[in-house]
This record gives sequence, structure tokens and C-alpha cells, in this order.
Amino acid sequence: MDQSATARASTQHEEHSATSFIKKHIREYGILIALIAIMGFFQVATGGILLKPVNITNLILQNSYIVIMAIGMLLVIVSGNIDLSVGSVLGFIGALAAVMIVNWEVNYFLAAIICLAAGALIGAAQGFWIAYYKIPSFIVTLAGMLVFKGLTLWLLEGQSIGPFPPQFQLIASGFVPDFFGGEGLNLFSLFIGLAVALGILVMAIRTRTEHQKTGIVDEPFSFFATKHALIFIALVYLSYLMADFRGLPNVFIVMALLIAVYSFIAGRTTIGRRIYAIGGNEKAAKLSGINSERLTFLTFANMGMLAALAGLVFAARLNTATPKAGLAFELDVIAAVFIGGASMSGGVGTVVGAVVGAFIMGVMNNGMSILGIGIDWQQVIKGLVLLAAVIFDVLNKNKA
Amino acid sequence: MDYILEMRGITKEFPGVKALDNVNLQVRRGEIHALCGENGAGKSTLMKVLSGIYPHGSYDGEIIYEGETKAYRGIADTERDGIIIIHQELALVPLLSIAENIFLGNECAKNGVIDWRETNRRTAELLKLVGLRENPETRVDDLGLGKQQLVEIAKALSKKVKLLILDEPTSSLNEADSEALLSLLMEFRKQGITAIMISHKLNEIAKIADTITVLRDGATVSTKDCSTGQVGEDDIIRDMVGRSLHDRYPPREPRIGNTVMEVKNWTVHHPFHNEWLSVDNVNFNVRKGEVLGIAGLMGSGRTELAMSLFGRSYGRHITGEVIVNGKLADVSTIPRAINAGLAYVTEDRKTYGLVLDQTIRRNVPLANLEGVADHMVVDERREGEVASEYRAKMNIKCSSVEQEAVNLSGGNQQKVVLSKWLFADPDILILDEPTRGIDVGAKYEIYTIIRDLAAAGRSVIVISSEMPELLGITDRIYVMNEGRFVGELPTADATQEKIMSMIIKSGG
Ligand SMILES: Nc1ncnc2c1ncn2[C@@H]1O[C@H](COP(=O)(O)OP(=O)(O)OP(=O)(O)O)[C@@H](O)[C@H]1O
Ligand SMILES: [Mg+2]
Repeated sequence: MDQSATARASTQHEEHSATSFIKKHIREYGILIALIAIMGFFQVATGGILLKPVNITNLILQNSYIVIMAIGMLLVIVSGNIDLSVGSVLGFIGALAAVMIVNWEVNYFLAAIICLAAGALIGAAQGFWIAYYKIPSFIVTLAGMLVFKGLTLWLLEGQSIGPFPPQFQLIASGFVPDFFGGEGLNLFSLFIGLAVALGILVMAIRTRTEHQKTGIVDEPFSFFATKHALIFIALVYLSYLMADFRGLPNVFIVMALLIAVYSFIAGRTTIGRRIYAIGGNEKAAKLSGINSERLTFLTFANMGMLAALAGLVFAARLNTATPKAGLAFELDVIAAVFIGGASMSGGVGTVVGAVVGAFIMGVMNNGMSILGIGIDWQQVIKGLVLLAAVIFDVLNKNKA
Repeated sequence: MDYILEMRGITKEFPGVKALDNVNLQVRRGEIHALCGENGAGKSTLMKVLSGIYPHGSYDGEIIYEGETKAYRGIADTERDGIIIIHQELALVPLLSIAENIFLGNECAKNGVIDWRETNRRTAELLKLVGLRENPETRVDDLGLGKQQLVEIAKALSKKVKLLILDEPTSSLNEADSEALLSLLMEFRKQGITAIMISHKLNEIAKIADTITVLRDGATVSTKDCSTGQVGEDDIIRDMVGRSLHDRYPPREPRIGNTVMEVKNWTVHHPFHNEWLSVDNVNFNVRKGEVLGIAGLMGSGRTELAMSLFGRSYGRHITGEVIVNGKLADVSTIPRAINAGLAYVTEDRKTYGLVLDQTIRRNVPLANLEGVADHMVVDERREGEVASEYRAKMNIKCSSVEQEAVNLSGGNQQKVVLSKWLFADPDILILDEPTRGIDVGAKYEIYTIIRDLAAAGRSVIVISSEMPELLGITDRIYVMNEGRFVGELPTADATQEKIMSMIIKSGG
């Protein structure tokens, strides 16, 4: 009797810690669950089209440039700023690439490098005023948005320029070749997928054991196991699906690398720590000896470079540069970051969250298109989802 | 007994912490009731429960006010009943005028149009009541902290207050302003207003309280009636910390070496009013192993001096020289000042000290991230160890180092800020009001830390408005008034009277 009482007490304790843990981390799980739920919904609603290999591949290609920009935007928003110019910069860089490669016949590789540098320079120019002269980022980048939209038109003289040479198109439409010579199934792609999934799993286990040693872990084991089992299965399954079509798209590899690198920078390096500190309380961060100006400047330069990369991918995907490229993309990017749990006032948010946010938007776009829902209602629904996510955040924060 | 308020069996839990555990509080009508306890004992939390900030249902227990059991849903409910709280951190809008602040949310308006004449007239009346001689149209950020505190009280009075709650009202006031506030409270007592006051300044409590309730670790330890006999400070301390505290200051044998830092002709202009001198031609030095005090009244320019030295974080047109270890030092930016061996612990922990939304673990190494990183990669394990080490060393009360700074009690936040700078391991540490809002036990701990730093050959500069503290822990004291250094004396020769007379003479 005594024993059962202690047993009850201990399960109660576990339940208690599990509920308090959920309360604290509901946002992180919430967004993953939301993504799964939305995917499940459209999978059923579209009669299984959503998860068809060709559609999954498409979905990733379609969203790659939003994801790439969301990664940069996350850092900008965490540091307490915003960048409205990314859509225009994407368009401008696409145009620049087209003019150089198609009209001037510059080597496409060299052109890509120049474009990335130009993007970084554009970001730096905006970041300069924001960081060192304290001009609000909203204004500076709003100006940038107008300026680069105009410059795109000027550069293209109102026309579309294309097509690009085939090698350039490979950025967006190429697939990882199968070195293992699988028949029908791209074995090499499957292998990469497995390796990535395993890598993530091993990293997670290592971090957890390390954290356990210092006692800073509070995630109940069951949660940890379920979460990572799901992620592992999802990754392997996705790469299987894509391997079954044409293999992993090149952009997928680029995206995965960016996610890994920037997650690491944001979460584990001193630079990341400092960016979060600036967003959390700039005055305190400065008085702790953090060079907030330089870091703000760098986040914008970085954002410019990633917008340029997205511009190249987008141009390569459409195989032409049009004056309309990038129109209103900034809104999707910013929405993705906020859906992913970042806070308007800065200091909060994760790279992975932003990416998941981007895919939530992407899956909705894709699913609704398959269902034949018009662009009008798509916008309405996306807007409401953004609002719901942020309301959820705020309510959740107030309750705590 | 006529109780205006009874709180029975109040229990309040936050995730991972039981901040209040079955607390009882009885307040008689018309008395001044003091609430004491260590940092994190639950004083502010109890008052937030009372004033409806934590609404009915989010805690267990009963509140009986004016003989009725109440279930307050929010601050609007309690204000309607005449319960007004003035928080530990002031909550005025700096860019609005006194009158606008007092009637914020409660404007004298007809059909939504504000009647300014009436507003100003009533404000003037209220200001007279609290003894503040200022124009109702003066902007709040032009007032010192003491006057802002009075504006808060005037605001409370505008709402027909019956029970006034003050959370550490004097912690950022100088002695004269504190005196004024206390006599105002006694005046209110005559008019029948009941007050609950939280304070760490035991001498004040001994002076004005009718009843003293002590909380420890979220539970009521004792309630003492002062009318039946004098309650000494030592009795309060014993209840607060659970043991007697014989000395307020740790014993110390200074071993003072050569001059480490010398400041010459330091002059700083006000950031907005170019012609004002915030710091006027100040010269001083500090030696190895020395604890140096800077005395002065609120607003005498001590914080401005410290911040301008620390990477020019205050002021404009700064001129003068800083010499560290015999060489001209570059302190023109904060990273350079840190490189030169300086550190500055701010008096305003919320605005300048902490990243409130982040955990203790992340706040502690912020000024010395390299100390927990390998080649720019933060080692979270080392970070956790460092944070835990300081948590133990500074006795920071928290559920774990993963707790966010915003959820710590005021005094424990201060300890986190101190930990941050101790971890940065500076040669010259400038502490600006290091014990503001800190309980007696923790003060002793901080004095011990200061002593050990000095013993390890560091130099510590302490800015403090509490003269007994300066007299208790420093080796030498400079006296500052109106931006100038007006005197210097070894602590052995110093008395409060001598320091005050230096200030007064320089003013005249
Ligand atoms: N929102 C919250 N979430 C979690 N813990 C909290 C929260 N608010 C307070 N606490 C905890 O409750 C305890 C009591 O805090 P409280 O602010 O009431 O202390 P206090 O007696 O006012 O101390 P001080 O003298 O330092 O102001 C502390 O341990 C604190 O960390
Ligand atoms: Mg408090």
C-alpha cells in the first residue's frame, strides 16, 4: 500500500513535469504538429496527391527561395529589425544575373559570384544606415524595396530576359546524380537522406547526454524519443519519395546545408548568442561589451547575400528574369518567420522554426492550388493562419 | 480587532516554484504594515495576488477585504475597492506630463474631450497633498526618481485610495526624499489610509511600522506588533534569515598597492543640453586592492561619471584622460574599456543589466562569452557549469539556471547582473548602487564578494547613496556634488556628518 502510494506520487511527479514542460515548449511542438496536421489534411483532401514524389519534389523547389530568405530574415528579426526589401532584391539580382549571363555572356559561375557579392553589398548598404545611424530598419528597407524594384525595371527595360544556359538552370532544376547506378530509384539520394537523418539523430542524442550531465535538460524522455523518431522517419520517407522520382534536387542540398550552418550559428556560436542578446535588450547587450552596430550590420549584409542566392535560384527555376520576380515575396518570408515563432520585438525565434513556418505556408499554397482554390481565398487563408499563429504566441506568453 | 484585510492560506505556484505556500496576512484598519523578507521570499508576489495582477483562480486561498470575501479578476476590480499598488519598478510614461500621468486611463473628460483646466487644477491639489512643488505640465522624465515616486503616490490618491501598497518605495530614493516619503505615509495614517509597505531598509521599518510581517521562502514566519514594545532590527533580521547576524559588514584587512587607474580632468557634457556639465573636471585615482567609495546625493553625477568612463556610454564632448597601470588607456568604446580592465555594474538592472527574456545561464556569461566558448562555439555545458557556480556562490534563488531572468525577484536579478561582471573578471570594477533592493543577508554576501575581490588585488569602486554602507566597506571616499568632486577622505576619518557638510558647503 505504501509502495503504491509512492509509485503514484512519482507518476504524478512525472506527469507534473511533463505538463509543465509542454506548457513551456508548446510553441515548438505546436508548430511541428501544425505542419503535420496541415500536411495530413491536404494529403486526404487532395486524395493523396500532396505526398506523390513528383509533388513533394515540386513543393521543395517552389519553396526553396522562401526558405533561403527566411533563414536570413530570422536573424534580422531576432536582432530586433525587419527587412522589407528582400523581394525586390531577389528580383534585382535575378535581373542582374540575366543581363550578365544572357546579354553579356559572362561565365555563369563568375556571374553567380558577382551576384552574391552584389546582394551582400546591397544588404550592407542598408545595414549601414540602420546600424550606425539608427535609422529604423522598416524605413530603410522600405526605401530599398522601392529602389530595387525600380532598378529591376530599369535593368530589364521592362522586358523579360532569358533563357539561361542549361548549366545555370541546374541550380534550381538539377538533381543529384545517382553514383550508385540504382535502377528507377536514385540510391545515392536515398543514401544522403539516410545519412542526414542519422546525423541529426546522433547530434540530438549527443546534445541530450551532454545536457543531462549538467542537469540543464528538462525534456521528458518520451517526448524526446517520439519527436526524433518522427523526424527520422519523416526525413527517410521524404528522401525515399524523392529518390523514387528523380532524386534529391540540388537546391534541397543547398537548403539543408544552409539550415544546418545557420542553426549552428544561431544556436551555438558567440555571434548567435550576441544577436539574441541584442534583440532581447540592446542596451544591456551593449553595456556587456557587445558590438551591436557591427552585428546588426552583418545580419543585413547576410540577408542581402541570401536574398541574392534566392534570386539566382528563382531566376534559374523560371529560366528567365522578369520585372515581376520577387513581387511581395518579403511578405511570405516575414510571415514564415513569425509563424515559426519569432517575436516582433526581437530576441526570440529559431532557424528551424522559420523553415517549418515557410513549409507551412508552402504546403498550404501547394495544397490549395491542387484543390483548385483561387488565389483570392488562398491569400485570405494564409493571412488568417499567420494571425492565428501570432495570437497563439501572445496568449501563450500571457498565460505563463 | 478591526481588520481591513485578511489573506488566508494564500498559495501561488509558478512552473517549478512555489512562490507562496499557505501565507496568512492580517492588516488592521489605519495601520502601516511592513512586509519584510529575503529576496525571493514572495513579498511582491503576495502583493500582486492582493492587487489582482494575479487574478482569482490563479492562486489558492481567500482574500477578505472590508469583511467580504473577494474574487478579484484584475487591477480594475481592486482599484474600484480602493486598493492601489505602487510597484517596485515605477510605471510612469516618461514623455507625458505629471498631470497626464496622474489621470492616465482615468481622464477628466466630457464626452471623450479632455478638460485640461480641470485636470491641471486637480493635479495641483494632489501635488500639494504629497508635498511636491512642481508644475502639473512638467514632463515626468524631467523629474528625479524621488519626485517620480511622489507622482505615483499622487496618482494613487487620485483614485480614492483606502489601502495603499508600496513595493520598496524608497529603494531608489536618497535620504532626504525617503524621509519626506515616510512622513507622508505617517500623515496618511492620520487620515485613516491603511498602508502595506515592502522594504529592505530595516531602520525605516522600525521607525514607522505598526505591525511587521516577515516572510521566508514563501511562508509567514512571524507577525510582530510594534505598539506593545519596540521591535529591534535584529529581531527582524533573525526572522528573515533564520539566524542572527552579528555584523553587517565583513571584517577586512586592506592590503593596498600602487595606483592602478588615474582619471584626469574628466569632463562630460549633458547629451541633450550641450551647455550643461554632467561631470565637471573630475580627478581621482584608485589603487590596487582598494575599495573606493563615491558618496553623493541622487543626481550628483556619479552614474554619469561611471558610465562616461565605461566606453562613453553616457554624455557628449567627453574630455580628459584615463591612465591605467601608468599608460594612457583607450576607453572610447565599451569593448575597449573592457579590454582596459574596466567593468561597470549598472544601477538599473532591468533596462541596462539583463536580457530579461533569457535564462540565467545565458545572462551570466554575456560579458565574457569567450570564457565559455571554443573558437566562437559556445560550450553549453561549460556555460551551465559557470551559471550554476555563480548561482551557488551568490546564493541566487531560482528553480534552476534555466529560469528566465524576468521571473526572478528583484534582488536576485541584481545578483545575476553582478555574476555577469564577476565572470568577466575585470581589474577595476565599478559598482553602481550594488545593494539596491537587496536583503540584509545578501548584502553581507555582496560585501564579502567585494572584500574578496579587493583581497585578490582588484580595485573596486562603489557608488552608493547609503552612507553607512560606504563607511562600512570602503577604504577611501570621494564626495561628489553637482558634477564635481568636492572632497576626499580616508574612511577611517569619515563620518556621515563630515560627508554631508562637504556636500552642503560645496552647494552654498
Ligand atoms: N512569473 C514568475 N515565474 C516564475 N517564478 C516566479 C515568477 N514571479 C516570481 N517568481 C519566483 O517567486 C519567488 C518570489 O518572488 P517575489 O518577486 O515575490 O520576491 P520578493 O520577496 O519580492 O523579493 P525581492 O525582495 O528580491 O523583490 C522567487 O523565487 C521568484 O523567482
Ligand atoms: Mg519584490
